[in-house]
Amino acid sequence: MSNALKTRYDVAVIGAGPAGLAAAAVTARAGLETIVLDENPSPGGQVYRAVTTTPLHATTVPGDDYRRGLDLVGELERSGAQLVSTAMVWSVSRELEIGISRNGSAQLLSARRIVLATGALERPFPVPGWTLPGVMTVGAAQTLLKSSGLVPRGSVVLAGLGPLLWLYAAQLLDAGASINAILETTPRRNLLSAVPYAPAFLLSPYFSKGLALLSRVRRRVRILRGATRIAALGDGQIQAVRFEAGGREMRLPVDNLLLHQGVAPNVNLAMSIGVEHRWDALQLCWRPIADEFGTTSIPGIAVAGDGAGICGAWAAEQRGRLAGLRIVNELAGGRVVEAPSEQSLRQSLRRWQLGRGFLDRLYQPAAQFRVPEDDAVIVCRCEEVTAGQIRHAVRIGCEGPNQLKSFLRCGMGPCQGRLCGLTVTELMAAERRVAPQAVGYYRLRPPVKPITLAELASLPQGDAAVSAVVRQ
Amino acid sequence: MFTRLPAVDDTSVSLSIDGKPIEARPGDSVAAALLAAGFHHCRTSAVSGALRAPYCMMGVCFDCLVIIDGVGNRQSCLVPVHEGMRVELQRGKRTPVA
Amino acid sequence: MTHTADAIVIGAGIHGCSTALHLALRGVKALVIEKDYAGRHASGVNAGGVRQLARHLAEVPLSVASMEIWERIRDIVDDDCGFEAHGQVLIAESETELDGFRTRVDDLRLRGFRHEELLDRTQLRHIVPAAAEHCVGGIVSRRDGAANPFRTTQAFRRKAIALGARFLEGVSVINLRRQGRAWRLETTHGSFEAANVVNAAGAWADHITAQVGEPVPLQVIAPMLMITAPMPSFVTPVVILRGRKLSFKQFANGTVLIGGGHLGRPFRNENRTELDWHKLSESTGTVAELFPIMAGSTIVRAWAGIEARMPDDIPVIGPSHTSEGIFHQFGFSAHGFQLGPGVGALMAELITTGATNVPIEPFRIQRFSEPQHSEHSQSGRQEPMN
Repeated sequence: MSNALKTRYDVAVIGAGPAGLAAAAVTARAGLETIVLDENPSPGGQVYRAVTTTPLHATTVPGDDYRRGLDLVGELERSGAQLVSTAMVWSVSRELEIGISRNGSAQLLSARRIVLATGALERPFPVPGWTLPGVMTVGAAQTLLKSSGLVPRGSVVLAGLGPLLWLYAAQLLDAGASINAILETTPRRNLLSAVPYAPAFLLSPYFSKGLALLSRVRRRVRILRGATRIAALGDGQIQAVRFEAGGREMRLPVDNLLLHQGVAPNVNLAMSIGVEHRWDALQLCWRPIADEFGTTSIPGIAVAGDGAGICGAWAAEQRGRLAGLRIVNELAGGRVVEAPSEQSLRQSLRRWQLGRGFLDRLYQPAAQFRVPEDDAVIVCRCEEVTAGQIRHAVRIGCEGPNQLKSFLRCGMGPCQGRLCGLTVTELMAAERRVAPQAVGYYRLRPPVKPITLAELASLPQGDAAVSAVVRQ
Repeated sequence: MFTRLPAVDDTSVSLSIDGKPIEARPGDSVAAALLAAGFHHCRTSAVSGALRAPYCMMGVCFDCLVIIDGVGNRQSCLVPVHEGMRVELQRGKRTPVA
Repeated sequence: MTHTADAIVIGAGIHGCSTALHLALRGVKALVIEKDYAGRHASGVNAGGVRQLARHLAEVPLSVASMEIWERIRDIVDDDCGFEAHGQVLIAESETELDGFRTRVDDLRLRGFRHEELLDRTQLRHIVPAAAEHCVGGIVSRRDGAANPFRTTQAFRRKAIALGARFLEGVSVINLRRQGRAWRLETTHGSFEAANVVNAAGAWADHITAQVGEPVPLQVIAPMLMITAPMPSFVTPVVILRGRKLSFKQFANGTVLIGGGHLGRPFRNENRTELDWHKLSESTGTVAELFPIMAGSTIVRAWAGIEARMPDDIPVIGPSHTSEGIFHQFGFSAHGFQLGPGVGALMAELITTGATNVPIEPFRIQRFSEPQHSEHSQSGRQEPMN
């Protein structure tokens, strides 16, 4: 779905999930030259992953909400925006220059405005053995289901907490697969802190959906509540999961262990540009400092969707539209735009944000699964750096993640901290007895996705003049 | 470890993984094809030699790295299969010969 | 309340930390004032080259003296700093270049320096088998190698503290004034006084020189580096070029570091840099030509440090020309890392005894305002970067 790329656009949207699709449709309809760059082969982001190519449309497996993705893709196609798939963005500069790779060659393009809609990623789940083949995230398993119609076989155990866990469990059961057990890790005290927010949750669209899912799954799967001290065991591949529940230690044979304890904003690209972030003590993650239109600390760069703070797919759309509206006002002021009004967007947003207070508190992951107690647990998967090594580095004077990088190579692998950043921040904060905000996060540098020497060598030299663009 | 649902009726793409001929659905990522074909791991770590397999399926964990048509360090969860593709498991610091 | 110290060092890069350590070894407990944290800038993010090879002639005695400290580094700072000496090789890509190298090696020997050896085509391939066909020879400095720059800086800092130095990090110097026989520094965290002050402020050193009436033509630069994913081992020594910008090092974990001095854009007031992808692209072309095996390698990160460059590409080392008790140690022009241990020792010697063993006259700060200065500008032009 991609034709030749220009070197200059009015608006570049990075990410073709709900926020990106919605933002781009708004700006394109207003007549602004808009490009959407997405690294996947087809649009939809994660929540609507493979919505245009899934083998499951004829089935009931993914559920109705999933089909919303088709509406959004259709809206984008009609808007006149240019969608470029399999486009790997490896750099965005403060001068709004974007480095991308496609089909083995790289190029630079620039835009007057950039919307970062890179969404969320699943929180790391550092337990012993979590790097073993056979252990993956629930989201990964769901992607295999949606894009390839694959289900795990053998003894399947899910562990963790959060809405996605239950959603996928229900989808798996609907697809005819079986689940050996769900190890539910919600700390009991979470319920106490969540209860004051229950009334708002009851009014939100989440409530009835959530309840239906939960009861469907509970009827058919063994649930072990309050699971702690989870460990994946095996040699070269997972063979069993060991844990404690109901006061005793248990062990289950496992072929596939699926982990999930919520999602966090994927801040990698925003951080690499230098967008200011702050630590959110409720959602226990970093989020960019942004207003309701997604305006960040860097002029010309906006964030929308889960990447700005976890809000869910529907709210992501609204935030995408708000970001798009703000850009239209700035670049094409006065032009009539076919989009919901700002007011109706805000109302819609408020409705979807009801219930977040409850969910965020109920599903706050337990400390032991965010800051591993066992020193042998791998924290940095890329470089195989353990919790014990990090604690030791703090004790000999490493104060933050950047010093850690130089001492231990922690965070220097290709994932650049996407899988270890949160753990490292919280682990160092706990060890130093300071707030996560004081510890900070990795200082990130491009390329944020690896590029081959050949790709970089292929950069068209003629773009040098374009690079001297004056930002509007 | 993963099986196809009956709804998947087209597995017409032929490719090879470590020389073994396999079939995949058009639109499968290389990672999905690998798992569907019964491979339990896709690489060995360059740090310790430990076996690794796809973990996140969305391009953030970098555990799914394989060599595709001679180019290494490819995130197999982001690359769609194509006819005649040559996939190799990435062992340690194995370098591509481009 | 003003705090008094035996000496104050401004800047905790490798030079500031080394000077603090060597002062402490001589019983002078320095106070080091650092605006960020030790090794935050150039010293922590450079290629780590420990190089005597291909230095500007004026630097050679300093470099050789510093090398002796490198070879005892564990004894001095209780840390081996990741230093490995597998040699450094300067590759000649043409016969003309090789002729120039031959002349240089002969000249060095006449002056009593034997660390550089000429290599012919066969000898080069023996040491760097992966070099491309067109490479005709080079120069090797066998005792050279590389170390971990951040770790080294931190090791000097730790040892200096153990011997009585004090470090104030996250503190910036606002101004510098004479106060009787001492110098009074106003900082963001109070006032400090000392009879002797060392300006090791790197890319910000001109702020300090301006305070004492010694403006210098310091240029802030952002030399760029790239690192790859792990590859099987194919090159052992560090490799550099003279005709084109390249420095090239493969670590034990298989990753390859590509540098050479292509410049990005520094924003020193914001502690940040922006990379120039076109220049990095050019760099990759050079790499692929020199080492064909690199064509399929993967770059996982690029960065640039904030560094000070002087117009003649050699540093400023020595006493202030205008102010007694002020000493300068900056402007290392992207090749100061290896010199750190030695220049710190020299600076401590200068401060405590008034003289130095190694000649530092070429590095005098007043050279920029002397009419003869243009001669010096020519000789350092092609300096390969660290």
